[in-house]
Amino acid sequence: MAEVEQGCELLSAGHRACGGCGPALAARLLLKATGKNVIIAAATGCMEVFSTPYPETAWGVPWIHSLFENNAAVASGIEASLKKQGRSEKVVCIGGDGSTLDIGVLCISGAFERGHDITYICYDNEAYMNTGIQRSGATPYGASTTTSPAGKCSLGNQHQKKDMPRILAAHGAPYVATASIAYPNDFVQKVERAINTPGPCYIQVHTPCCTGWGFESGETLSMAKLAIETGLWVNYEMVDGEVVKAKKVMRKPVEEYLAKQKRFRHLFKPTRQDGVIANIQAIADANAERFGIDIKRKGSSE
Amino acid sequence: MLEFMEGSHAVAEIVKRCRPQVIAAYPITPQTHIVEDLAQMVANCELDAEYITVESEFSALSACLGASAAGSRVYSATTSQGLALMFEVCFNAAGMRQPIVMTIANRSLGAPLSIWNDQQDSISLRDSGWLQFYAEDNQEAADLHMIAYKVCEDHDILLPAFVCFDGFILSHTYEPVALPTQEEVDAYLPAFNPYQRLDAEAPLSFGMYATPEYYTEFRYEIDQAQYRAKEAFVKAGREFGEQFGRDYSALVEGYRLDDADTALVAMGSICGTAKDAVDEMRDAGKKVGLLNIRMFRPFPAPEIADALKGVSTVAVLDKNISLGSGGAVGTEVKAALSGSNQAVYDYIIALGGRDVRKRDIAAVVDLAEKGKGDMFYGLRTEVL
Repeated sequence: MAEVEQGCELLSAGHRACGGCGPALAARLLLKATGKNVIIAAATGCMEVFSTPYPETAWGVPWIHSLFENNAAVASGIEASLKKQGRSEKVVCIGGDGSTLDIGVLCISGAFERGHDITYICYDNEAYMNTGIQRSGATPYGASTTTSPAGKCSLGNQHQKKDMPRILAAHGAPYVATASIAYPNDFVQKVERAINTPGPCYIQVHTPCCTGWGFESGETLSMAKLAIETGLWVNYEMVDGEVVKAKKVMRKPVEEYLAKQKRFRHLFKPTRQDGVIANIQAIADANAERFGIDIKRKGSSE
Repeated sequence: MLEFMEGSHAVAEIVKRCRPQVIAAYPITPQTHIVEDLAQMVANCELDAEYITVESEFSALSACLGASAAGSRVYSATTSQGLALMFEVCFNAAGMRQPIVMTIANRSLGAPLSIWNDQQDSISLRDSGWLQFYAEDNQEAADLHMIAYKVCEDHDILLPAFVCFDGFILSHTYEPVALPTQEEVDAYLPAFNPYQRLDAEAPLSFGMYATPEYYTEFRYEIDQAQYRAKEAFVKAGREFGEQFGRDYSALVEGYRLDDADTALVAMGSICGTAKDAVDEMRDAGKKVGLLNIRMFRPFPAPEIADALKGVSTVAVLDKNISLGSGGAVGTEVKAALSGSNQAVYDYIIALGGRDVRKRDIAAVVDLAEKGKGDMFYGLRTEVL
């Protein structure tokens, strides 16, 4: 942790993020990893809005926002321009999960297929938070959002998270990783690796949103950690399409994570929804199986 | 020296000499020949540019925006559905004051699907903040690109521009064109000097959001830059004339208007046909003239009013339709002439590639002189 705390702050304090904002922490850590020699291409979303109300900006590095869905295309142009000029800045895209997994997929797919030397950071807070907590392709199964509300005939979002890391790995991306703000050193190291790997690289960082998920603002990091500890979020790296490393955990039941968030409250009150909770546990179990993250307890039989 | 070549090729040859550093484009008929030619020039090391083969027009213009912001002169070309897909980026690029030059090989918009020419595509972007120039022939189409870069990159303007030329009618037609040498173009168009750029040495934030306290002023500034572009265009067009012998300083150009009673008003290649029709009508004793609108944005309303002040009847040929209202050019010409006693009629004509002949132009003049107008010309009522 000490390493991360050192160095200058390239994201100024005083921006307009909510207290306890996960994405704000991700942005701060990101810039610690990139340093000054970077150009950021941002998508419309919470991070863009809280950091750049004209005439104020929180960004101490060159930064451009064009639209919701085109940051990867804008970055393609920036990268081509820098190449032509013989300049050395790294090009980094930032987009939320709605921008990255839904509306911006076309531009991202094009940029990755063409092999631009860019790093794409998706800050995943699992819904459209800037517009008021609507469901995205990254919203987890069972979560209640304003467009996938729990109700008499619905138990919330019916779909699982889209597997964007695997989609981009399938484009031939040399380095794809997931990270979490609960593990800042790991995130910083992954960003460093991505920006120093030639070609298009992707990192999806889990950034809990206290406002959208419904938990106390002081709980952001512990919520991010619980996601990892329950196996509902896995920190892993893929090199040339193969998973090479995944963080191992002594897994806790998913209920410990779900019960602390308002977006899952309907699974416990007024009636406990054992079936849905079991389905979510099955998602965590499948993650554990796919990535081999379970630390075997002493004496357990193989 | 004149060379006989396809319109698209003439445009590509001039664009090459304008030295764009980043090109991003996507194929669409009838624009494709331009970007194919440019790709070949890059492949042959005749043009030292980064050429990005994007996956959509939306990304083409987005990539141009990013490259422009990073400090490069950029180029793209599109038409019709491709331009429609760029709609959001068009407003954004103008709002972010990026001096992007893009060729529009004008084509109709579906539905129904039509690959043929009218001017609905660029006209539909009239509120986007882009400058819009319309070429009558291939020489003008080529020349306007040099003028466009000069005007757009002027630090008092900083706006993007469409150079519009009619799809197929010009883009796929062979005409004699004079191509300047690279040295001549370099003497006219200096190297790109960005007003601001994304640069780690001097970090700036581009594309911030504006609250109600600031938004109106941003829009006002763009509007003011549009009007300043008139003067910049006149100057750049005059300088072009001094160097190359073809003067484009007129925002609107009259043809046999001096003693005319009736004036046709049009944009683009239809003006060529209209000039021949005017000559024939003149030979028959009719006092008819033509006003060619070269610049549609900013709209040269005072220049139009001045050019038409002697005529009693005006017939506007509109190769577009603002459905539920009328032709866009006619609407604006009527506004420019409001308060005068002139009769102004609008004719929706040549949509979706329908051919216009000299006798159609003469028929429009007859209709106008009989007080009949604000109508679709030549409707095939038998298929309705």
